Amino acid sequence: MNTLTIPSIHYLTILPVLIFFGSSLLLLVASAMWRRSLPMVFSTTMAVLTSLAVLVVTYFQWRGLDHGGATTTVAHAVVLDGFSVVATAVIAVSVGLAAIVAHDWALRENVRGPEYQILAMASSAGAVLMTQANDLIVIFLGLEILSLGLYVLVALDRRKTESAEASLKYFILGGFASAIFIYGAALLYGATGSTNLTTISYFLGSNVLLQPGLLVAGGALLLVGFAFKIAAVPFHMWSPDVYEGAPTPVTGFMASIVKVGAFAALIRVMISGLGTQLGTWRPILWVLIALTTVVGAALALPQRNAKRLLAYSSINHAGFILIGVWAGTARGSAALLFYLATYAPTVVATFAIVTVMGGLGDERHSLESYRGLARRQPWLGASLAVLLLSQLGAPLTAGFYAKFSVLAAAVDAGGSVLALIALLSAAIAASFYLRWTVVLYAEPDDDIDATRVVVPRGTALVIGVGVVLTLLFGVWPGPLVTLAQHATVYFLP
Amino acid sequence: MHSSLWLSALIVLPLLGALVAMLVRRTPGASYGVAVGVGVIEVVLSLVVAVLYKSNVAGAQGFDFLSRHVVSAPLGLAYDVALDGLSLLMVVLTALVLLLSLLGGRDKRREPAFVSWLLILTGLTMGSFVAHDVLEFFVFFELTLVPCYFIISGWGGAERARAALKFFLYTFTASAFLLIGILYMGFAYQHQHPTLGLTFAYGAMAATSMSHATAVWLFVAFALAFGAKAPIWPLHTWSPLTYAEAPTAGSIELSALLAKLGSYGLLRFAVGLLPLAQVSVRPYVLTLAVIGILYGSTLACVAKDLKRFVAYSSLAQMSFITLGVMSGSTIGVTGAVLLMFNHGVITIGFFLIIGFLERRRASIQIADFSGLQGPAPVLAALFTVAMLASIGLPGLSGFISEYLILIGTFTTHAWWSVFASLGVLASAVYLLWAYQRVFHGRALGANAEIADASPSERWVLVPVVVLIVVLGVFPKPVLDRITPSVHTFVTQVATASVGK
Repeated sequence: MNTLTIPSIHYLTILPVLIFFGSSLLLLVASAMWRRSLPMVFSTTMAVLTSLAVLVVTYFQWRGLDHGGATTTVAHAVVLDGFSVVATAVIAVSVGLAAIVAHDWALRENVRGPEYQILAMASSAGAVLMTQANDLIVIFLGLEILSLGLYVLVALDRRKTESAEASLKYFILGGFASAIFIYGAALLYGATGSTNLTTISYFLGSNVLLQPGLLVAGGALLLVGFAFKIAAVPFHMWSPDVYEGAPTPVTGFMASIVKVGAFAALIRVMISGLGTQLGTWRPILWVLIALTTVVGAALALPQRNAKRLLAYSSINHAGFILIGVWAGTARGSAALLFYLATYAPTVVATFAIVTVMGGLGDERHSLESYRGLARRQPWLGASLAVLLLSQLGAPLTAGFYAKFSVLAAAVDAGGSVLALIALLSAAIAASFYLRWTVVLYAEPDDDIDATRVVVPRGTALVIGVGVVLTLLFGVWPGPLVTLAQHATVYFLP
Repeated sequence: MHSSLWLSALIVLPLLGALVAMLVRRTPGASYGVAVGVGVIEVVLSLVVAVLYKSNVAGAQGFDFLSRHVVSAPLGLAYDVALDGLSLLMVVLTALVLLLSLLGGRDKRREPAFVSWLLILTGLTMGSFVAHDVLEFFVFFELTLVPCYFIISGWGGAERARAALKFFLYTFTASAFLLIGILYMGFAYQHQHPTLGLTFAYGAMAATSMSHATAVWLFVAFALAFGAKAPIWPLHTWSPLTYAEAPTAGSIELSALLAKLGSYGLLRFAVGLLPLAQVSVRPYVLTLAVIGILYGSTLACVAKDLKRFVAYSSLAQMSFITLGVMSGSTIGVTGAVLLMFNHGVITIGFFLIIGFLERRRASIQIADFSGLQGPAPVLAALFTVAMLASIGLPGLSGFISEYLILIGTFTTHAWWSVFASLGVLASAVYLLWAYQRVFHGRALGANAEIADASPSERWVLVPVVVLIVVLGVFPKPVLDRITPSVHTFVTQVATASVGK
């Protein structure tokens, strides 16, 4: 009888996952043990403290990297490298910010209970695991943990049918995507004899596959699975419906966390695992990026609903972030990391404003309801304007350098045409961001009830943090760019 | 060499002014006062810089006030400013446009925000003109869109939203090509010099070696971006609508100043960085310029409102500038640099007077006016000065610059010059005709009761008239300051265009 050998575990590496998951479990148990329903403040505080704890851990991880360099643990299935540390920190920040927004939303909507925080922290554990995974099976595990929580979160607003519908749609399509992903992993195992990315890379580097069909099919299926998660065209159909149907704070959470987790895993698979096959997957990705950027921007044009519009805008952004993967260089990886680090807080803050604007019932999402916002509430309006300009890519906001760095990486890697297509799609996107901005500053209409919306203190803080980060990295991008570049130096091949 | 702090002050001061103007927004009129104060200081500073400027700083190739600070090495981002004869007049024009559009185009609706946007726009435009790093230029260039957009969409006419969007999208789309071109050059240079970090410094970009085909492609990319801004025919279609819908100060900023970013960019970056492409692209761009001159003149004849009229005549004038920029001769380029300034000044005059008329009649339709000469002789006289300068009457500023352009182009591309000179004739036709329709004839109804220029309105136009006359009669001091740089510039391009 075989004995099961327990692989050695470097606990600092998996501490963020453990903290998120442990905290989630603790909250679950606590809410079950408590006689009456758990006070909201308790669960939210716990979620925020948990994210802070993870942030502190990433600091120590980073210091450890300076001494020991990148390492793997749990039988080389989980890595600790600069890339994963920075991505984890980005996730932690986003989770903390999103938790506060969700808290204020739940109070307004009277959806009391700790469910949101429990599920969000569990999901985050999955996302963090994805950033650290060095094995297709671990990536799958992370993906499933991330998604399962999200399926429920999307349906959190029990009283709304749209919420349930969105959840079901997300669940069914997500299930398909997971199946496709794991099938791809199986084929890749068949082709290379391992699911470990390092081993796959080593195998492909030292062998020539005479019949690479299995490998290509496996890689393609993996790519489809990822493309679904990041909503790349033509696998984007679900995202506007889900973005619209989900409770707004959940949408903000999804838009930031899922992107960070999925992109971190994607770039690791493509570069660490299949880096030797660059010539094969690059053309596929090229087409995918061209479609994603252009279609995402073009379909956003006719949208009149803020959440749907942001869904298409996030598709456009996904295309830009994919360029970092396409480049396949250290510059590309650093650019991708910088993009994620600036995009995540921006999008959380944007959805925080959309949450506030939604009003009781979370239903006022037509762009018309934003008319004259900046005249009624100058700070709120100006914040949204800054966040939209950042997503547009205007200079002096973080969005400009994010776009600039991925485009620079593309041009550096010989993709001038691709960069041009993406940038032209940004010009299309500019028109809807600007139209929205103009509505903010337009004269208020009389027939639309132009009441001031209440901005809870916590949400105001989140919006403030988002705006400050956006402007800070826009005026002074140096340190974050250098950090992203350092992080990829520690990228484990 | 002088300290670069002068140039930094020119950029930072308006930005700080915008902040202060917003801080004092509760006191009525205070922000306007702050803005005018900043405008005066800017004009003085820019004149000081123009006087201090030395064209013979050793090893600087005509540049002065140089300094370079790297902001972010991995991005290749740097703050790098310098001034030479090509940008000297533009800096003065930027300051002048701010002051005069504030004084003449005062808009009291939400004034603090309005003057803040104007100040921000000035700081950014200043930055574009003194940027000595291609990426830095792009950042400033792109940023100017934001204040422009808000000025047009916030204070413009009935169709302001559409005009602002059209303007923004046009320039934003075109500049996509510019950014990719810049990135391409930056990485080409880095791959040729792997030991150096990523840089977009002007000198480094100029030293990038490339094939002829690459140079032509890059030129096309650059020319698209700058041609949409300038505008060069057929990329001008945004300008009539935008000029017509913008508030007076906005129209002045756009046509007198921001259009110059296009021609300046074409000269400094498309011509200066891509000498190899010159010989092959010149005939095409010159042809477009000649078409622009004739097309703009023709449409100016039939324009129905005064702002569109100036927009089309500007298209013709800007095409003259393009002609000079692409002429490849020192005389032609000198003329172009001079005309950039002169056209700026003349356009300020035109739009200010149109703004005064709009204030009186709430209309800019040519058909609504007639016989204004009788009730408003001073306005008519001021319009006449600007008009005659624009036609190119000897003794006024327009003459010398157009003359230099035509002479310069004739020495290198004679036939284009011949056709372009028809434009001088055409300008006389459309300007005199417009003058006739607006100021001649009998003043009836509301036109008979129109008030003449008030003292403050006269004073605003004094600098314009003085500049038009002085630069027409005695342009030598100005020419002396710009010619050395232009000569160095043109010689470098000519040497490099033969091939390395």
